[in-house]
Amino acid sequence: MKVELKVTPDKYLPHRYAGASGDFNPIHIDVDFAKQVGLPSNILHGLYTMAQVARANVNAAGGDPRSLKRLSVQFRGMGFPEQEITVTGSVKEEREDGRVIVETQAEQGGNRIIRNAEAELETS
Amino acid sequence: MAVNAEATGKTYPPFEYEVGKEKIREYAHAVGEDNPIYFDRGAATEADFRDIPAPPMFAVVYSAGSFAPALFDPEVGINFAMMVHGSQEFEWSEPVCSGDVISTVTSVKDISEKGGMGFYVFETVSTNQDGAEVVRGTWTNIVRGVS
Repeated sequence: MKVELKVTPDKYLPHRYAGASGDFNPIHIDVDFAKQVGLPSNILHGLYTMAQVARANVNAAGGDPRSLKRLSVQFRGMGFPEQEITVTGSVKEEREDGRVIVETQAEQGGNRIIRNAEAELETS
Repeated sequence: MAVNAEATGKTYPPFEYEVGKEKIREYAHAVGEDNPIYFDRGAATEADFRDIPAPPMFAVVYSAGSFAPALFDPEVGINFAMMVHGSQEFEWSEPVCSGDVISTVTSVKDISEKGGMGFYVFETVSTNQDGAEVVRGTWTNIVRGVS
């Protein structure tokens, strides 16, 4: 099983994700505010990027969301709109109960924005 | 300013969230889901869901109403200007579907300091209308410059 997903969040994605999630922190949706606090631009919600890691793992397991039992991630670099994100992962462990542990990361422009992600998947 | 760990163990009142089909659609669209089970009731029931299921990470939507008051609690005392979301874990049990009423309780699991940074760990436990656990979340926020 191989985990791979590419996605390019468009300019207005952080606004749509803010509406969908309820997280309207201005660092995600206001370029001027983001620059005022020392960021190069508005940044992606970390939990949006985590959702891409979740989606990549569910897809790799066949598309059934019930197969994703656990996901842990570490947020590191910042993610930005209008740049491609690549999620990759590989099986680290196959357990006796049929579950697999997948080590996953998300990278954008050479930065690992999520690292040491670990997904536990039930494969059928 | 050193971290104050006194709020460790504090638990907040449950927050109820009723899951709706259109909110799932909005969320699924925002995160780029294209599986028809998130948009079409027929596709969902054909895949043996009671109703349209929520994508796993929809957990952040129904947990937020419980988690936010804990995060912003002055007794926890996070300096937001210096805070970053450090890590996150979810452990899923029963699937969540449209029509479910999800109750989430947040607690402060741990507050500690290491290398001049404060680590604030919260736990959310979400259960459905039948009392079955649907997800357990561990939210770690890191605050720089605490000492």
